[in-house]
Amino acid sequence: MAVKTLTIDGKTISAEESATILQAAEEAGVIIPTLCHLDGIYDVGACRLCLVEIVGYTKLMSACTTRVREGMEVTTNSERLRNYRRMTLELLFAERNHICAVCVANGHCELQALAYEQGMDHVRYDYCYPKWEVDASHRLFGMDHNRCILCTRCVRACWHIEGAGTKNVSGRGNQSRIICDLNDNWGVSKTCTSCGKCVMACPTGALFHQGSTAAEMQRDRSKLEFIVNAREKKQWSV
Amino acid sequence: MTLLELQQIKESELAARKKIVLRCCMAAGCMSLDAKGVKKRLEKAVEEAGLQDEVEVVGVGCMKLCCVGPLVQADPDSPLYTNVTAENAPAIIAALKGGKAKLEQADPQSPFFTQQKSIVLANSGRIDPERIESYIAVDGYAALLHALTEHTPKDVIEVIVNSGLRGRGGAGFPTGLKWGTVAKSPGAKKYIVCNADEGDPGAFMDRSVLESDPHCILEGMAIAAYAVGADQGFIYARAEYPLAISRLQNAIKQAKRLGILGSGIFDSPFNFNIDLRIGAGAFVCGEETALMASVEGKRGTPHPRPPFPAEKGLWDCPTLINNVETLANIAPIVRHGAAWFSNIGTEKSKGTKVFALAGKIQNTGLIEVPMGTPLRTIVETMGGGAPDGRTIKAVQTGGPSGGCIPAQYLDTPVDYESLTTLGSIMGSGGMIVMDDSTHMVDVARFFMEFCMDESCGKCIPCRAGTVQMHHLLEKILARKATPRDLAKLEELCDMVKNTSLCGLGQTAPNPVVSTLRFFRNEYEELLLPETNGPPPATHNGSSKTPAATTAI
Repeated sequence: MAVKTLTIDGKTISAEESATILQAAEEAGVIIPTLCHLDGIYDVGACRLCLVEIVGYTKLMSACTTRVREGMEVTTNSERLRNYRRMTLELLFAERNHICAVCVANGHCELQALAYEQGMDHVRYDYCYPKWEVDASHRLFGMDHNRCILCTRCVRACWHIEGAGTKNVSGRGNQSRIICDLNDNWGVSKTCTSCGKCVMACPTGALFHQGSTAAEMQRDRSKLEFIVNAREKKQWSV
Repeated sequence: MTLLELQQIKESELAARKKIVLRCCMAAGCMSLDAKGVKKRLEKAVEEAGLQDEVEVVGVGCMKLCCVGPLVQADPDSPLYTNVTAENAPAIIAALKGGKAKLEQADPQSPFFTQQKSIVLANSGRIDPERIESYIAVDGYAALLHALTEHTPKDVIEVIVNSGLRGRGGAGFPTGLKWGTVAKSPGAKKYIVCNADEGDPGAFMDRSVLESDPHCILEGMAIAAYAVGADQGFIYARAEYPLAISRLQNAIKQAKRLGILGSGIFDSPFNFNIDLRIGAGAFVCGEETALMASVEGKRGTPHPRPPFPAEKGLWDCPTLINNVETLANIAPIVRHGAAWFSNIGTEKSKGTKVFALAGKIQNTGLIEVPMGTPLRTIVETMGGGAPDGRTIKAVQTGGPSGGCIPAQYLDTPVDYESLTTLGSIMGSGGMIVMDDSTHMVDVARFFMEFCMDESCGKCIPCRAGTVQMHHLLEKILARKATPRDLAKLEELCDMVKNTSLCGLGQTAPNPVVSTLRFFRNEYEELLLPETNGPPPATHNGSSKTPAATTAI
């Protein structure tokens, strides 16, 4: 297997040819913030939090979708990038209704954790306060669009790990939302296998187990990666 | 189909032509003003006058001066009748016999027509877009035959490279280079796509080309497919263009019937088919990766590049994507040679460019001019300047991805580099003229609203950033914003430009950035004085403002 040598934040590292910058950085102990990325599910480069600067590239590149190259010089944590990341998070908080104090995922939320980590101590933009519904029709799970950040992890888990294809995205722009089947209530879906992989994948409190209350929602995301590794690489140990 | 058969079709078409051809514009603009009724009435009037043997009435494509349609013109050399109604028909026929018709006319010798240089629109308004024979009569499909029989695919690419043709979709990527990349990409199956998802507000060049000369697109695609080694093509047209779609369907059917599309074209081993794909009304599907997702039947959202379509496109096969106008240039280049084409235009921008003149201008319509033509020639000499005695304030090019060029820069030559230097882009060819009654902040707000509505919602900067930028622009227009809001807007422009996933988001701030560059005073006039004291400082020495409470 061909190996590439590159530098990430001044650190010289080697990585497999097929690795993304994100994978290479992770292996080298450099943490790049992510939100739509989830180990085990293919990447879409949508959240733009993992953007990095690469010498010789005019554009910022998403680390999760850009493959390593020989001699690449990557910067993951410049002042400019930190500023953009903070702005991205602020835009998310202003977009829907993220009220941590009453959220099932409080304390176990990737959005919240990232905001702390990136030093987002206030939101500069006016809150949109949109009116979104809660779909509590499923007997095991619930979906609160107010807390959804449209990372589409649930959609990808549903299609590519479970293979059910229940979840999808409808609408566009800030009117985009996650739907079940052809915009039915989740509870009446005939395709949903109630496997719960979407709930496992969700980074916020948008998808939750029925009955969980504020701060109770914990997830075991490594299960998704375990399933994919077992299936694709025949690795049965964690 | 052989060369001989092609010539026979041409000859019989020319032989059947009557002495006087009365051309009626049958493009969407004139059709909306009852061009069909006009044509019908003209045919009847010909019969009434007993001139069936001398005069034929032909429906043709766009005759360019859209603002005064429906348009009718008799060949050879007769006046161009404007604003024609069905009632005018007898008078027009009478005028053919030497009588002087008291009808509205436009001068075919006016600069609007004489300053044009037609390559892409050469057949527009001249041939019947619904009959393949009409296209063959003007040497249609001769270039394809020539390429297939006289050239290797490599030769064809070389011709396009030497011609200096650059993509007419907006970015201006060298077409020959793109073809070469797709040709060299490994893979047995390759595709070619014609991007006919023209979505910029005020732009209608591609629609006119498709409605007026659909066969030139098929021919351009077939030549491109031969050059890169593709055997399947798709035309991705937006559903809002029903006439263009029906003419394309008709053209594909006719070409298949004559064996110009299908297997063993012109008795060569080259096979090529074209299918239509209809867009469902998403602007973002004009972006190539989103377009490909849509062709594949998926939700039309873009994906990060690389991999580029040339390497991994439709169904992961190498795919060539060209814009309508780019493909319309191909057959003329192959027919007349690379040198002929590269003699037109400027050093770096070759050939001509079609613009849809719209907005506050006397002559709205379609123009095709050599690259390097000064903006002033286009909007003042040809366009006739602003109506109602007003003055031109700015010219907007490139649609929501472009910028506003203020009147003091009207002497700028129109080429890719000059427009980019001014903070705008060539774009696909929409040219919206604004007069002194236009408020530039309102223009920026309009385009931002467009981008906000058309964002696909996949990436956060574009989805949520355009909402906030639009909100800030509304706030400024409502005179409720402070200098701090303007700073916030500028910061967002930079962020959305640099972090968005695709071209839509990356260029969405352009109308704001360019109006701020040239018309900053119009923004500042609307601002309130800073109410929270001098921006930073004061709040416990913190540089952060308590503008909103935190959600955490």
